[in-house]
Amino acid sequence: MKEKAPRKKRTAAQKREAVWAWAFVAPTIIGLIVLNYYPAVNTVWQSFCKTGDFGRGNTFIGMTNYISAFSNTETWQSLWNTIKYAIIEVPFGVVIALILAVFLNKKLKGTSAFRTIFFLPMVCAPAAVAMVWKWLYNQQFGLLNNVFHTNVAWISDPNIAWISIGVIGVWSIIGYNMVLFISGLQEIPGDYYEAAEIDGATGIRQFFHITVPLLSPTTFFIVQTRIIGALTIFDLMFMVMDKTNVALQKTQSIVYLFYTYAFTNGDKGYGATIVVILVIFIMLITVILQRAEKKMVYHA
Amino acid sequence: MQSARARNIASKVIMYVILVIMSFIMLVPFVWMILTALKTNQEAISVDPFYIFPAHGWHWENFAEVWKSYNFVLLYKNTLLMILFRVICACLTATMAGYAFGRLRFPGKNFLFALVLVQMMIPAQIFIIPQYLMVSGLGILNTVTGLVFPGIVTAFGTYLLKTGYEGLPKDLEEAADIDGCNIGQRFLRIMMPLTRSSMVSLGIFTALFAFKDLMWPMIVCTRAETTTLSAGLAKMQGQFSSDYPTMMAAAVLAVVPMVVIYVIFQKQFVEGIATSGGKL
Repeated sequence: MKEKAPRKKRTAAQKREAVWAWAFVAPTIIGLIVLNYYPAVNTVWQSFCKTGDFGRGNTFIGMTNYISAFSNTETWQSLWNTIKYAIIEVPFGVVIALILAVFLNKKLKGTSAFRTIFFLPMVCAPAAVAMVWKWLYNQQFGLLNNVFHTNVAWISDPNIAWISIGVIGVWSIIGYNMVLFISGLQEIPGDYYEAAEIDGATGIRQFFHITVPLLSPTTFFIVQTRIIGALTIFDLMFMVMDKTNVALQKTQSIVYLFYTYAFTNGDKGYGATIVVILVIFIMLITVILQRAEKKMVYHA
Repeated sequence: MQSARARNIASKVIMYVILVIMSFIMLVPFVWMILTALKTNQEAISVDPFYIFPAHGWHWENFAEVWKSYNFVLLYKNTLLMILFRVICACLTATMAGYAFGRLRFPGKNFLFALVLVQMMIPAQIFIIPQYLMVSGLGILNTVTGLVFPGIVTAFGTYLLKTGYEGLPKDLEEAADIDGCNIGQRFLRIMMPLTRSSMVSLGIFTALFAFKDLMWPMIVCTRAETTTLSAGLAKMQGQFSSDYPTMMAAAVLAVVPMVVIYVIFQKQFVEGIATSGGKL
């Protein structure tokens, strides 16, 4: 609500309110500027700089970092690796979670026990989760190869490793997506289903004609946050893929590449360039998703 | 009618079968982690997949060994302190700002709130290099303060609490106004206690995020005795990579506290995540 144009003096009460309000928002706003806005600008500046020895002293070098990043196949490969990871994690993580959420929303016996189990990976540190899966995937002694009598190099065969990591991602995220789906499902009025029941619609038809459209805002929200989450994947990759792993080049994500340059090699300038490329990429995806929302989400 | 009932039962059976299979898949890694942690390395690398339980005694001492050799006391302490201070800072700053944005009128409000919203859309990776340089410049590398540093304020929490305050009825505050309470008293005595559920959501969200974070502790706390559980595991992996029982024992130790807390406060966890959604 805009106040009227010929605004004279604020009353004493309004002034007092404004002073209180500024005092209340000050810590947050100052914090955001110091901890987020300044760093964002600073990162962009550093991406045009060459980092001196011992990570000190920046020399402005213009677009040089960007030119070398764009002409390096490693950058494109890791961008593609990140997309491949997202192509596994997002659709499988969302569809499986949706199915489980619909089942658990049917008020079957034991619902809360199932929910507890599915949500469990959510409260575990990805570092620990990755260690356990790495052990399951172990080529010689791992559970998977021994149970199925196979000899697959789950995490060191470049053609398979990206799928193996995607599977860990799906396993880790199902519970989280499911909880969000359940709370979305509970907002759908029961009358719709009762009416469909009377019309003789089966469960599967009800699912596609009532649940899917009415749940689409929730689905869209989950898909959007998961795409962005998947594109910034780091922990699982870092823990599963050793520096010496032959499949590293074909699996490392863009954030992994950023970490390697900025903190392992100490080249902050080039690291900043990688992260700026990532942010631009994510911004583009966000814009596309916002466009898509208007077409894909059913607003009742 | 008969066929409808039969169909109903059949669909229930199918649902249970799928739920049980999925539960099995979800639990196998946990079970295998615990069982491996209790074996000797010799047993752990036995290639018989049906060698499930440790045959020659359960080696609980694996836990004691990794506990001592990797100083888990310190890892727990650092992680706990980081979580504690991050939760306190996030709740404190967010509840104040959330109240102002949700209930008060002041010049510059829309612009300042836009700063909050825009921050939520920027991927956090772009903040990390300068944040690291600041922490390093302040000389607080390898300290709890350094671990807490980027979590002092929270745009997401401010947004969450603002929504919480907006949902409260208007007349409550008006009554207090007539009673002559100033804004600070109104906030502390009347409004803040009413947003407890939003605060709990934010607290759980902040704690989980801090607990799971790997990159920041790896960057600012490079020494084994100053780091967190997550980053500690990353270090251990480099050291004991072929001693599987030790690694799994370490993973169990890192996972257990949060799992226990989760099982106790399940309802709050699930509700907290469902309401905050957010960018975990």
